Amino acid sequence: MTNKEAAVSLRGITKRFGAVTANENVNLDIFKGEILALLGENGSGKTTLMNMLAGLYYPDEGKIYINGKEEVISSPKDAFALGIGMVHQHFKLVDVLTATENIVLGLKGKLKLKEASAKIREICDKYGFEVDPNKKIYDMSVSEKQTVEIVKVLYRGADILILDEPTAVLTPQETEKLFAVLRNMRADGKAVVIITHKMHEVESLSDRVAVLRKGEYVGEMVTAQTNAQEMTNMMVGRSVSLNITRKEPVNPETRIEVKGLTVRNEEGIVKLDNVSFTARSGEILGIAGVSGCGQKELLEAIAGLQKAESGSIIYTDENGHTEELLGKDPLKISDLGVYLSFVPEDRLGMGLVGNMDLTDNMMLRSFRKGRGIFTDRKSPRHLAENVVNELEVVTPGISTPVRRLSGGNVQKVLVGREISTAPTVLLTAYAVRGLDINSSYTIYDLINKQKEAGVAVIYVGEDLDVLLELSDRILVLCGGQVSGIVDGRNTDKNQVGMLMTRVGGANDYE
Amino acid sequence: MNKKREPLFHIVKRDGVSWQKAWGIRLLAIVVALLVCAVVTTVLTGDNPISVYATMLKGAFGSVRKFWVTTQEVAILLMISLALTPAFRMKFWNVGGEGQVLIGALAAAACMITLEGKLPNALIICIMVVSSIAAGAVWGFIPAILKAKWNTNETLSTLMMNYIATQIVAFFTIVWEVPKGSGKIGIINQNSNTGWLPAIAGNRYLLSIIIAAIVVVVLYVYLNYSKHGYEINVVGESERTARYVGIKVEKIIVRTMILSGAICGLVGLLLVGGINHTVTTTIAGGQGFTGVMVSWLAKFNPVTMIFTSLLIVVLRRGAGEISTAFGLNHAFSDILTGIILFFIIGCEFFISYKIQINKKGKEEKENV
Repeated sequence: MTNKEAAVSLRGITKRFGAVTANENVNLDIFKGEILALLGENGSGKTTLMNMLAGLYYPDEGKIYINGKEEVISSPKDAFALGIGMVHQHFKLVDVLTATENIVLGLKGKLKLKEASAKIREICDKYGFEVDPNKKIYDMSVSEKQTVEIVKVLYRGADILILDEPTAVLTPQETEKLFAVLRNMRADGKAVVIITHKMHEVESLSDRVAVLRKGEYVGEMVTAQTNAQEMTNMMVGRSVSLNITRKEPVNPETRIEVKGLTVRNEEGIVKLDNVSFTARSGEILGIAGVSGCGQKELLEAIAGLQKAESGSIIYTDENGHTEELLGKDPLKISDLGVYLSFVPEDRLGMGLVGNMDLTDNMMLRSFRKGRGIFTDRKSPRHLAENVVNELEVVTPGISTPVRRLSGGNVQKVLVGREISTAPTVLLTAYAVRGLDINSSYTIYDLINKQKEAGVAVIYVGEDLDVLLELSDRILVLCGGQVSGIVDGRNTDKNQVGMLMTRVGGANDYE
Repeated sequence: MNKKREPLFHIVKRDGVSWQKAWGIRLLAIVVALLVCAVVTTVLTGDNPISVYATMLKGAFGSVRKFWVTTQEVAILLMISLALTPAFRMKFWNVGGEGQVLIGALAAAACMITLEGKLPNALIICIMVVSSIAAGAVWGFIPAILKAKWNTNETLSTLMMNYIATQIVAFFTIVWEVPKGSGKIGIINQNSNTGWLPAIAGNRYLLSIIIAAIVVVVLYVYLNYSKHGYEINVVGESERTARYVGIKVEKIIVRTMILSGAICGLVGLLLVGGINHTVTTTIAGGQGFTGVMVSWLAKFNPVTMIFTSLLIVVLRRGAGEISTAFGLNHAFSDILTGIILFFIIGCEFFISYKIQINKKGKEEKENV
């Protein structure tokens, strides 16, 4: 680390959106042949800062030096010309085109697909990617799509690569592959910036860590000389606890019993195949699986939003009274106390209405109460105030449209509303999707409190480390089938990872 | 040297804007529009723009009768716009106001023609009210059920329903034409006045105006404070969220479109029973489409719609006046209307966005 050469130097960068300051006087260096992890809570301005490098935003103040020369980046084209490539959280690919076609899309000059394919293969060999240049995007897995995105920026000659939460959608095995590729790039002298919320990834991959807090640069550390606790404290600005306490379930009773559930989607593809399991009160049942292997359909079937082809879902209430949920109206199911809080990829698409304020969003569950034709806004307003106070939601007020809140706060509002209804069964999917570490732990805490209160929690999660720490039992789905149900206390990540990729990858069915 | 390459300005999204500022921008837009119109008028015609504007106002409010006619026209346009609004809030693009009004008008005319002398007048009027509203409701129901059941494109189906309504009216015009061969129905029940809606306090314009006022209030409360209104908003914002909380989206679509069609049907009744006393294929006069614009301009707020419909009607009536007073053809007044609407709609951009001049370091000027 003696002769480090700065690929990018940001000096005094400030960016405001109306009254909100996204970045304030940020100074940051990105060195060649180094992987820099950019850390910060949700809404701390990481993506904004990188978007200014990629030419999507234009800084209000400050200077950008690329390879020591002051440059003006006012469009993505300028960024490409300077060798800056960014892989965004949401892929920007055309589904019906092949990998090659997507990669050369928008480039000047004659379309020579064969040459392009050859060049793509060359890049792949160099860094260890596995991608078929002639495969159509719609046939690709999430990880393959991401590979195409990365190859795309390399093909355009990027020396400075920015990845915005690249591992959010990958399995542990895919993540390892990606990291291997990134390490190859580092060896090749490229500058790599990775934005992530997963501390173990930061520790295993990066050389240096830069931390943003509320839009300001607070400092940097050499990864080898720090730890997750220190980095988190720096991000949050105070000392936070990073422990999930897992208490033993208190006299668990069966709440939901799923038997032989088979679900086909609209195209007739089997999404759930003969799934059986039980969920018990006072227990967290984690559900693991590669994204799109039936988690969503499973929860939606229980909540009455998804029609099932066969099977049964029996709900047993506290008094031992049983009820078949399949074929019931979603409204009736939620009246029984079965609540679904699903955080979709866009966070707002389901469960909340972005353009409505907090009060109106609280009303979504309760607006039918009362006899008259008019809505009662008083109790939802109280609820909104309570949620804001208890969960420390950062918002200008309860009459702010929720789309203006940052991701973490949106999720707090959603989860807060769902648990306010005193459920007996809480279905939650991706509750911490895209959340920073501090907000994530607030949500884990909330879920644990529900468990202690005797709620049967079904938790669909992406982060295996957390699933293993949080869940009492873990059900692993693979291609719509139950690949295994394992005990959360004595399973390791590898075993679950194996089950995720192969049905029955291990043999300890409970 | 880099300064040269730096772009002159950037467009930045506003983070929310106070209503005073928003209305300031709108007012400014109207002033600018009038200035541009003045220049265009002077350059193209040589007429004094001030007197052109004065004539426009005179055309709309120049006499007691003109005042009442203008107000009545506002009432009708307002009601059509209001009728479309619940559907629009649901993001159901009902462009079938024209057909829904027409079919309501035809239903009223049919009652007047076929029931004359057979029943007491009061009863006939009651039947007219019911059948007009029902006819409009049916015209709203058909595209709604198609959308709810098979997810057909509502813009196309409501548009098609307009043509069907026009042709049905054309057909009945021939059936009921008076005298035979004229191709017109003429004034219905001119002698008996059967089915003519009563004048309120001797003022024959007042009825539509009062009904429009009632519809404004009812719809405002319905959309903003009722459970139905809340459901409409949720469905409009996010169908998935609506389903997730157990709202039956299909039911809401059908229910809201029945309401939308019913109010249009009511307008048809007023046009035939209260104002024209006849029915023609052009009785709605394109207001089913103008209403779309009025509703959008008002951002689907029933109260704001009073002002937007007033603006459109004043422009329309004023435009007619200047084309006769200055011997200009009607196209010229359309140019002026076009310019004014362009600025009013265009200024919404400046309410959502601002232009930021890049002067690094010092003086960041905000330019609206």
